[in-house]
Amino acid sequence: MIPLSWFLILAASLMFIGLFGVLTRKNLIGALMGIELMLNSVNLNLAAFWRYLHAENPEMDGLVFMALIFVVAAAETAVGLALIISAYRRRKSVDANDMDLLKG
Amino acid sequence: MTAVKLIFLMTAVVILGSAVAVVSARKIIHAALWLVLTLLGVAVMFALLESSFFAVVQVLVYIGAISILIIFAVMLSRSSFVDEGSQTHRRWWIAAIGLLVIFVAWVAVLSLWPQWSVTSTPLPATATDLATLGKQLVDPNAYLLPFELSSILLVTALVGAIFTAMERKGDQP
Repeated sequence: MIPLSWFLILAASLMFIGLFGVLTRKNLIGALMGIELMLNSVNLNLAAFWRYLHAENPEMDGLVFMALIFVVAAAETAVGLALIISAYRRRKSVDANDMDLLKG
Repeated sequence: MTAVKLIFLMTAVVILGSAVAVVSARKIIHAALWLVLTLLGVAVMFALLESSFFAVVQVLVYIGAISILIIFAVMLSRSSFVDEGSQTHRRWWIAAIGLLVIFVAWVAVLSLWPQWSVTSTPLPATATDLATLGKQLVDPNAYLLPFELSSILLVTALVGAIFTAMERKGDQP
């Protein structure tokens, strides 16, 4: 069977690839995609921990947490994209470098 | 090397390859399409973890709703963003080196954990009973409060999203 470490390494790689996207993408929608990757890696971790360490637990706590993360991810995407669309309408740009209204 | 391990490795290669394409693709619409492939790979991983319900939810919610929403946003804002030239910040390599160092340190620390390479035991029959999951979500002694709070969060976020994206007078620059 697959050891737990394989899933943890995969989730960690996915997390850092997503974080790299958030840090380096110029396009705001690209940064949002990086956040999606990070949320997915968290879900993968929760699923792996539930399967390997808590599957006998009748409370199903890992699965409940996964369901909550799905809800948070949907809310985050909706608000993030609405903000990007609104910013695009005002500034005609989705480039993170153009969002400098608060720059001193 | 069992068949399950082979499936895991193949899916992992697909996930990581398409994730790298998501963060490095020049055209943002291509990145959105690579994101769909990554999400599909994660759904396969959920199936490998015998959490079939969440494999289906992953396809429905992430691929069916969230990635479509992202593709819509890309199409709505596409004309403004030139696809030529660098798509990343100038000093992206600093982020790459820093994250690589943290990743190696993370894996090194985690590998000291005693349950690092534990293998799974056969799944008990109670663990696949979705009725229990549903009851847990509405049980006041279990997860009723987080469940209701997440419902309120979702409604608030969607109303806020509609309000934020609504077109009003005086928006034009």
